Amino acid sequence: MKTKLFAVPYIIWMALFVCIPIVLIVVYAFTNDAGAFTFENFKGMTSYASVFGRSFLLAAIATIICILIGYPLSIVMSKFPSNWQKIFTMLIMLPMWMNFLLRTYAWMSILEKTGLISQLLGLVGLPPLDIINTNTAVVIGMVYNFLPFMVLPIYSVVTKIDRSLIEAAQDLGATPGKVFKKVTLPLSLPGVLSGITMVFVPAVSTFVISQLLGGGKHMLLGDLIEMQFLGTAYNPHLGSAIALVMMIIVIICLRIMNRFGDGEGQAVIL
Amino acid sequence: MKNMKKIIALLLAVCCVGAVMAGCGSGSSAGTNGEVTVCNWGEYIDEDVLDQFEEETGIKVNYTYFNSNETLYSTLNTGGASYDVIIPSDYMISRLIDEGMLEQLDFANIPNYALIDDQYKGLEYDPDELYSVPYMGGTVGIIYNTTMIEDEITGWSALFDPRYEGDILMFDNPRDALGIALLYLGYSLNTESEAELNEAYALLEQQKPLVQAYVMDQIFDKLESGEAAIGPYYAGDYLTMIENNPDLAFVVPEEGTNQFVDAMCIPKGSENKANAEAFINFMCETDVCLANMDMIGYTSANAEACEIYAQELDEEAAAIMFPSEEVINRCEVFKNLSPEALAMYDALWTKLKSGA
Repeated sequence: MKTKLFAVPYIIWMALFVCIPIVLIVVYAFTNDAGAFTFENFKGMTSYASVFGRSFLLAAIATIICILIGYPLSIVMSKFPSNWQKIFTMLIMLPMWMNFLLRTYAWMSILEKTGLISQLLGLVGLPPLDIINTNTAVVIGMVYNFLPFMVLPIYSVVTKIDRSLIEAAQDLGATPGKVFKKVTLPLSLPGVLSGITMVFVPAVSTFVISQLLGGGKHMLLGDLIEMQFLGTAYNPHLGSAIALVMMIIVIICLRIMNRFGDGEGQAVIL
Repeated sequence: MKNMKKIIALLLAVCCVGAVMAGCGSGSSAGTNGEVTVCNWGEYIDEDVLDQFEEETGIKVNYTYFNSNETLYSTLNTGGASYDVIIPSDYMISRLIDEGMLEQLDFANIPNYALIDDQYKGLEYDPDELYSVPYMGGTVGIIYNTTMIEDEITGWSALFDPRYEGDILMFDNPRDALGIALLYLGYSLNTESEAELNEAYALLEQQKPLVQAYVMDQIFDKLESGEAAIGPYYAGDYLTMIENNPDLAFVVPEEGTNQFVDAMCIPKGSENKANAEAFINFMCETDVCLANMDMIGYTSANAEACEIYAQELDEEAAAIMFPSEEVINRCEVFKNLSPEALAMYDALWTKLKSGA
């Protein structure tokens, strides 16, 4: 009884800020300005195929890079003495204390033709970096901004792996490679899967990064949705429809991914 | 004992939060004569004048920002906030009027309206002078870096010139970007003709490989640092940029350009209409206009303030802030378009930006 009482604020919170907004999106997506039911909003969706394709591709690339960087980092971190681990965690969290927009703006100054990296390259006689306003720059921005969301879940799972299991494997004669493959990897999978969710989902829907680092030349889903709400035509119905389709594709992606994890190691859906 | 420490720490934390909140609370309490909520563009006022207003009238000002006319429209439309004074641009004012979202002003409470320059009165967006009091205006022009571009730029053709490939910046919104293409083609900024818009779109599509980036306020950094060589932006902002990079030059294109007027309005649902009118009246005072103009570099609608300010400026800056009649005649003000036309603008823009 007592535990149920504690859940009340959480339930109210969820209802107000999660359930109602989702219901609103669905309602808006299937209605027109007059409030009548319609499928009209979904009809033009195919013309946005390239935007969908690009957003999911870039988000997938960024997520894979985050795993490639984040997984080894988490494993290495977990091998350090606990004081060091605290410092590392703190260093990973530190950039998140600054505003997301500012950090992305800073990357613009770093990557520009007249930016920091190009100036350094110029000092040693190399040509300037030609990377700003490309998809590469967008992916760099995504990886930088979302990497902590990959590292932290993996790290927290990896540190909790029972050492005795690894020792047992070693005692039984497993090579380091085999220990990793048979023990560490399967046990760390839940962390990887929740890391993927926490990186992929915001990366798919980001819009500031493509505007600042992509030069606004290639629209992503976030930009497209933003334009429906804050653009000239103001069409929240179309915006909601796009958002809904995006949510459904994300859920399908995560479902497919969950097939790779067993029962425990499932990515968080919704 | 350990628990005790935790409890004390928790209590202290609660006290801190409480103190902070109490601070906010007393900060936002109404003045002796009530309050007024103002929503303006970012960096579009000398904030000292707000204190002056509070002192003179005893009305507390709640000051907030918006960053585009469309954001403001969206906020008003969803009922997300209640404002007493808003300062949208021309075409958005006519849209708000058309959709019945503005209150008529009581000009008996705004005697300083007499100080407003006649050229800003009765403009197309508010022809009967019922809903708005002009605040600031300006023109859009081409800003370019004279060390990177040796030719003298005279018109919009420069933004479509393959010689400047990779150094061109362009507006990141459909109305302004398509507007430039339309002007270059010799059409009206306010066209609703599908054929003309398609022609303008074709031009932008051709231009896309030459464009370094589509930007709004990022243009400040990119032009000041020499990252890009040329781009269209507002005259007032040029005067800010040149302080950081004296190599920049400004030109009003010969084909004509967009002139904008931002005016103060009271949205429907305002709870402090009299205070809002007092605020609008205050904002028209000559010394307030001078302070604001000095801060933001745009052209005030107060004729007297402009005259005084022009004498303080060097000739070049004065010519940019106070363009001659010949220049003004080449300018066109944005009008609100039909929902069908707006949808067309958005569709073309999405097509442009979603292409490879």
